[in-house]
Amino acid sequence: MHTRTKLLGVLALAAGLSVAAPLQAKTFKFAFQGDVASMDPYALAENFSSSFHHNIHEPLVRYDSKLQIQPALAVSWSIVNPTTWRFKLREGVKFHNGNAFTADDVVFSFKRGKSEGADMGSFVNGIVEAKKVDDLTVDIVTTAPNPILLNTIAPFYMMDKEWAEKNGAEKPVNLAKKVENFATLNANGTGPFKLVSREPGVKTVLSVNNDWWDKANQKFNVTEVVMTPIGSDATRTAALLSGELDLIFPAPVQDVERINSSGVAKALQGPELRTIFLGMDQSRDELLYSSVKGKNPLKDVRVRQAFYQAIDEGAIIKKVMRGAATPAALLLAPGLGGFNAALNKRLPYDPAKAKELLAAAGYPDGFEIQMDCPNDRYVNDEQICQVVVAMLAQVGVKVNLLAQTKSKFFDKLKVHDVSFYLLGWIPDDQDAGSVIAHLMVPQADGGLPWNGGDYGNAKVTELSKMITSEIDQAKRQGMIDEAFSMVQKDVGYIPLHQQALSWAVKNGVTVAQRADNALHYWYINIE
Amino acid sequence: MVAFILSRVLQAFIVMLGVAMIAFSLFNYVGDPISNLVGIQTSAEKREQLRESLGLNDPAPVQFARFISRTVQFEFGISYQQKRSVSSIIAERMPATLELSFVSALLALFIGIPMGVYTALNRNSWLSHAMLSLSLVGVSLPTFLIGIMLIFVFAVQLHALPSFGRGQVVDLGFWTTGFLTASGLKALIMPSITLALFQMTLIMRLVRSEMLEVLRTDYIKFARARGLTRRTVNFGYALMNTLVPVITITGLQLGSIIAFAIITETVFQWPGMGLMFIQAIAEVDIPVMSTYLMLIACFFVIINLIVDLLYYFVDPRLRVDRGW
Repeated sequence: MHTRTKLLGVLALAAGLSVAAPLQAKTFKFAFQGDVASMDPYALAENFSSSFHHNIHEPLVRYDSKLQIQPALAVSWSIVNPTTWRFKLREGVKFHNGNAFTADDVVFSFKRGKSEGADMGSFVNGIVEAKKVDDLTVDIVTTAPNPILLNTIAPFYMMDKEWAEKNGAEKPVNLAKKVENFATLNANGTGPFKLVSREPGVKTVLSVNNDWWDKANQKFNVTEVVMTPIGSDATRTAALLSGELDLIFPAPVQDVERINSSGVAKALQGPELRTIFLGMDQSRDELLYSSVKGKNPLKDVRVRQAFYQAIDEGAIIKKVMRGAATPAALLLAPGLGGFNAALNKRLPYDPAKAKELLAAAGYPDGFEIQMDCPNDRYVNDEQICQVVVAMLAQVGVKVNLLAQTKSKFFDKLKVHDVSFYLLGWIPDDQDAGSVIAHLMVPQADGGLPWNGGDYGNAKVTELSKMITSEIDQAKRQGMIDEAFSMVQKDVGYIPLHQQALSWAVKNGVTVAQRADNALHYWYINIE
Repeated sequence: MVAFILSRVLQAFIVMLGVAMIAFSLFNYVGDPISNLVGIQTSAEKREQLRESLGLNDPAPVQFARFISRTVQFEFGISYQQKRSVSSIIAERMPATLELSFVSALLALFIGIPMGVYTALNRNSWLSHAMLSLSLVGVSLPTFLIGIMLIFVFAVQLHALPSFGRGQVVDLGFWTTGFLTASGLKALIMPSITLALFQMTLIMRLVRSEMLEVLRTDYIKFARARGLTRRTVNFGYALMNTLVPVITITGLQLGSIIAFAIITETVFQWPGMGLMFIQAIAEVDIPVMSTYLMLIACFFVIINLIVDLLYYFVDPRLRVDRGW
């Protein structure tokens, strides 16, 4: 009895203390399905890693929660000549170790981002160099006029030159050289959070940076962030429902209802910027995987349109995605640069019309074709493909589904070893221009491997080149619209939907869910 | 004696070489590691350059020879995904797996053996029947289902145990242990039970059938007739004679506990080598995958070698047959 009273006393005392403490620690614990590859922000250009690094490192300009560009480490910028932009840097910014942020760091960062071993290709490829003008001014020189330079460099974060040189991390890890790198496990940025500890694949802990330059506008009360990777969907959901986590990312679509009815947490869903679509081989004279020999039925626009109209996207969204998707008619999501809602109208679902079109094209009894599909890349990717198979069977096209792991799938796609496939796309720079360049220019015209069906239209190719360097935004939008309309007319692709972002948060925790699926800790509040 | 050991070591060596070959040839079918090394918008030339610098364009025999020569020098390369040396990743992950396997093996032994003895001695009691039916569950339900059920009951419903992870661990420099903190011990409960369940039921059934066999023998009847106490007969004579095969099986099972930890580790996000292996497969991290396979093969080979040597000491007939 005596010990129990003592214990109670201690508990009461502890409770009293924590109430009295002026700054209560607010720890935000969350789980992602995987882990960040490295603490080095230049190691891998991938959505989740990039959004994670942004909490520690910062770019010259950043996106706000509505995806609008706003000043970050640069306060203002101007165009000196079409290929040179001048950035005025923010004064008094300090790295976590106390070093001052200056033009030297910017010059160093761009050099490092372009070095061997860095995977910052699309962000820095078009940049010749960063030149120091004075301590707080840099010029960024591009190879060609770049209308979306700000978007291009928004995911490119600044590192500390002194720190990197002192620790032998001037370049990211080069796998061929087989040496480790200090920056793989350590980080030193200017951002609102500092890296406290890092156990790859186990736990990463961040704490708030009280000397953050944007402290005056601070909108969060989190003081510590603990990130754990949890690969198993069931375990991730269980950990949220048992109260061990504040947020899970992604919340498995099949568990959303359970989470919402649990009373302890709720799912947050919104449209993501990634578009899921179907591609078709339109260049070979004979399909690699089809019963039709001697010709390629998919070269006929009527057949492509028949495929399009035979697919009931409404049913896919309702049954497979359980409502967590928005139908798409463009390979560009609402909210991205160059999106035009007027063009985002899908062809209606019309199996009778599809049959007619097939008959007109000379395939009244349909034909056989193979479909390649990843099974671990997008939300319910394999199930979507299964439904497409069933729907095409309705109009007489027999589809043999080959669902495979993403690495195998991408191997095949990149060498165009596919006839009919499912892919998802989100442009790194949030802009239509790169969607057109990556997916709508055939390889013969300098296109990229991601155009798996080698779709091509001379006019689109021409527009693509112009879009890349057109500075006048209105003119540029006109070109983008024209290119997208042509692709729609050609039925170059069959857009399906934008899958929903799916996070789930514990009650009492508020976060900002950005449409590019970025989770930034400086928008998190815990009651 | 020396010749015997040498022949076993030679066999072990051949097995390792075989495993290395299988492991290596498997990697030609897991997909292109480059896809996971760079972002989706990295150019084709850059990819080709990387492929060349990693030696992925060389003919398979050349790659295999390089793999073997590095392995022999204990040089396992740099993880494609984590960009850190594979040996340090494994050294970090090994304690978690070994602690989990160790606790599971203890659980399996110290619960499995008494249960086996009890069910053999009290064949018709309701408790024996209950244990036997329960053991059927242990053998037939897949590990991940048991794990998820435990999580659902003890973490989500009762909030009694953590659903994932290792809890607070203490770093001893060369080893991280969860044995020294309350949260570490709590985190061990569900994963170790999940992992132990199959072995536990196996040991229980093995002990039971061996025990029933022994109880029928003449020397037990004779011991009873002499008026020895039940306890002496059951534990001193019967159990001791059943333990020899049990030890053998347990020894061999220890290897599979370590290997089977993959599923349990995935369900409980237990940061051990099994989880590391699963993550490596998803990302086509070939250096990590090959090192893990070699390591597990090595465990099996060593355990087998020890068991073989134990036979030699335990069973006098082996020695007589060889004329030593």
